[in-house]
Amino acid sequence: MKKRILALILVLALSVLPACGKTAEPVSTPETTAAPAEAATPAPTEAVLTGRAATNEINIGIAQDFDSLDPDTMTAAGTKEVMFNVFEGLVKPSSDGEIVPAVASDVVKSDDGLTYTFTLRQGVKFHNGNPVTMQDVVFSVERRWNSDDAAAILAALSVIDHLDHDDSTLTITLSEPSNEFLAAVMNAYILPADYDAQATAPVGTGPYKFVSRTVQDSLVLERFADYWGTPGKLDKVTFKILENAEGLVLGLQSGALDLVAHLSSDQTVQLNSDDFAIQEGSMNLVQALYLNNAEKPFDDVRVRQALCYAVDKQAVIDLAFDGYGIPLGTSMFPSFSKYYDDTLTDYYTLNVEKAKELLKEAGYPDGFEMTITVPSNYTPHVNTATVLVELLREIGVKATVQPVDWSTWLEEVYSNRNFQSTVTGLTSDNMTARKLLERFGSKVGNNFTNYSNKEYDEILSKALSETDDAAQTELYRSLERNLTENAANVYLQDMADLVAMRNGLEGLTFYPIYVLDVSTLSWAK
Amino acid sequence: MSGALQYTAKRILLLVLTMILVSFLTFLAFELVSGDPARTMLGTEATEAQVSALRQELGLDRPFFTRYFSWLGGFFSGNLGVSYSYRQNVWDLIGSKLELSLLLSFISFLLIAVVSIPLGIYSYRFTGWFADWPRTTLNQLCMAVPPFFMGILVSWCFGIVLRLFTPGDFPGLRVNFAASLRHLFFGAICLSIPRIAMTVRMLRATVISEMNKAYVRTAISRGNDRKSVLLRHVLKNSMVSVVTFLGQTLAELVGAGIVVEQVLGIPGLGRFLVTSISHRDYPVVQAIVVLLAFWVVLSGTIADLVNQAIDPRLRITAGGGLT
Repeated sequence: MKKRILALILVLALSVLPACGKTAEPVSTPETTAAPAEAATPAPTEAVLTGRAATNEINIGIAQDFDSLDPDTMTAAGTKEVMFNVFEGLVKPSSDGEIVPAVASDVVKSDDGLTYTFTLRQGVKFHNGNPVTMQDVVFSVERRWNSDDAAAILAALSVIDHLDHDDSTLTITLSEPSNEFLAAVMNAYILPADYDAQATAPVGTGPYKFVSRTVQDSLVLERFADYWGTPGKLDKVTFKILENAEGLVLGLQSGALDLVAHLSSDQTVQLNSDDFAIQEGSMNLVQALYLNNAEKPFDDVRVRQALCYAVDKQAVIDLAFDGYGIPLGTSMFPSFSKYYDDTLTDYYTLNVEKAKELLKEAGYPDGFEMTITVPSNYTPHVNTATVLVELLREIGVKATVQPVDWSTWLEEVYSNRNFQSTVTGLTSDNMTARKLLERFGSKVGNNFTNYSNKEYDEILSKALSETDDAAQTELYRSLERNLTENAANVYLQDMADLVAMRNGLEGLTFYPIYVLDVSTLSWAK
Repeated sequence: MSGALQYTAKRILLLVLTMILVSFLTFLAFELVSGDPARTMLGTEATEAQVSALRQELGLDRPFFTRYFSWLGGFFSGNLGVSYSYRQNVWDLIGSKLELSLLLSFISFLLIAVVSIPLGIYSYRFTGWFADWPRTTLNQLCMAVPPFFMGILVSWCFGIVLRLFTPGDFPGLRVNFAASLRHLFFGAICLSIPRIAMTVRMLRATVISEMNKAYVRTAISRGNDRKSVLLRHVLKNSMVSVVTFLGQTLAELVGAGIVVEQVLGIPGLGRFLVTSISHRDYPVVQAIVVLLAFWVVLSGTIADLVNQAIDPRLRITAGGGLT
């Protein structure tokens, strides 16, 4: 008995050793023998490229998994970014920042700004083949208007007073005029009325239709042949999820991926320029050292200004981002060209003497200690904080970086406002400048920096109720100036969005919002 | 006979208790750590009202013990709940990940056992400075390389240069079984190299110390040849600690796969656990943690049983030998 077990172990151990090589061998031969066989002759990436280019499909690498695919419960920006290709509202964003008709063929706004009339486009079909009817449209709009579902009201259409409709037109009457209304309609995706499997098998009207999804692994889209507008060029798009920065680079190098967006400059330098082209767009966010204005010493405007004089924005961009990025001086980025005031960018220029003087006046001749709390999963913000520590040392401020995980950051910093300073990027998800400015009103719920300025509050309430677009724009601009003059935060930059594309791919379009439009992509003939 | 029954009963009891304890501790840990699932899901754009509405929808507004016992009740009736972020049944989400992780662990374990046992046994012969230093250096190196670097190294070497697999393009077991297996095999290499080094070192040390014992000297002086003494007596005595160690390794492997899964793009359980923790997706975390606890206890039991088969002395004390 004992001998047999002993013998068994030994036989197993010794005999499987050579056999192991054999089992590994056939595994590496079937189907895709092309790879090892061709490795000797042409460049192997070439073989992979012609493979997917020939079948007219691409693989796109994505750095985080998607959450629910149901528009009602979908909350992650990364999910919305991709499902933009599947879902459409009555109107949709264009790449130059306009709101253009989509499922509606025409939108008419009344002179008093209270009624909007949408004409249903003829011949629009859902991905399941059914035509879009007015019943579907009313269902979709009402869901966003008076739903019990917490997530569904995220793109709230709360200004709606009532809806009227016939077979081809929908008239929406508002309770008060709103310049943001169309942007909210854009996010109210048109969905089939009698369909409840959106979370697992989403159905929309966009240029690409959903095929399959494997949690933590991939999402597959296919061109929708019956699309009402300009159809997509690629037949099939597979999104591969690789949550690891190295994994994404390896995926590009190995030929598994053809396109990855939102790369950092140190990831892109690892790629061979013979195989990949790097395109630079902007992330459309306001990255800043956000200060808790209610906490000492940042309750003193002189201290905040001192920090602004001490921080050389270009140095941050050069040191932490290899020079990619657009310096900013206030809570607005250049894509919102109408609202963006470029003169504020250089309001504070590097001036160590002036900074020290301001600190002295404020009663901190020897500087002070401060903590920069950063979400550890956002490497760019962590790197920025590290550079800031060095820059602030020049004026005697001893800063330390405290990395926390994203959930902790959201709770402690963002919700509880229990922090001194933080580096993050604020954005606007609906093509309106309002979100970037409204959050600094002293009574506003998500004003996590506790910025409190009487003049700002007054201009803000005027701006929000203003219906004339030009006058509102002017008010928004004075809000921006107020933030800069009072040094609400140390504004840094609009971060660059670096996209690596395999050579031969073309047609990448950047949008002023966070979406990845795959319908314009194609392989060069 | 009653001993075996008693043993089984104790093991099962231990298993259930471990799982309950682990699930409670996980629940408690999430209660203590900051981070609100609703806020994490909705992000910076949502208002407080929207967050609290979602908290209510997810049942997070209920007191701690109510939530725990409702989870526990669901668990015992086979209902693991619905994932917060995916809005899908937890078991449906975990199933395919579990089979991948088990397969990865199994291949790694096979590699470890098959490579390290013969290496460990026969490396005892090569002693002395000249044989020692290259072996020790290689051994230390293999143990010291951090898993993410091993992952990058293997991907680069076998994936990019030799093109034996495509890092970042895991085909899926049902799509292309052979290619998936090959992908997993390279993942298993990353996982097993440091553990092979550890096992070899341990086995070698045990064999050397056994070989120096009096019974070996006696056996050899009675005319037995060295090899047969090694195989017949020394090995058997050395095996107990090795099997215990391999049992621990088996327990560790599923968790240890996290980094390798991330770098090589294998959609396994470890990776899913990490993402779910950062998303505060409690139902998924609870389910995976309990599965891992089950796995750890099971590995311990398997090692125990194998050891009892090898060494009869352990069988006598089996009733009390629960630790």
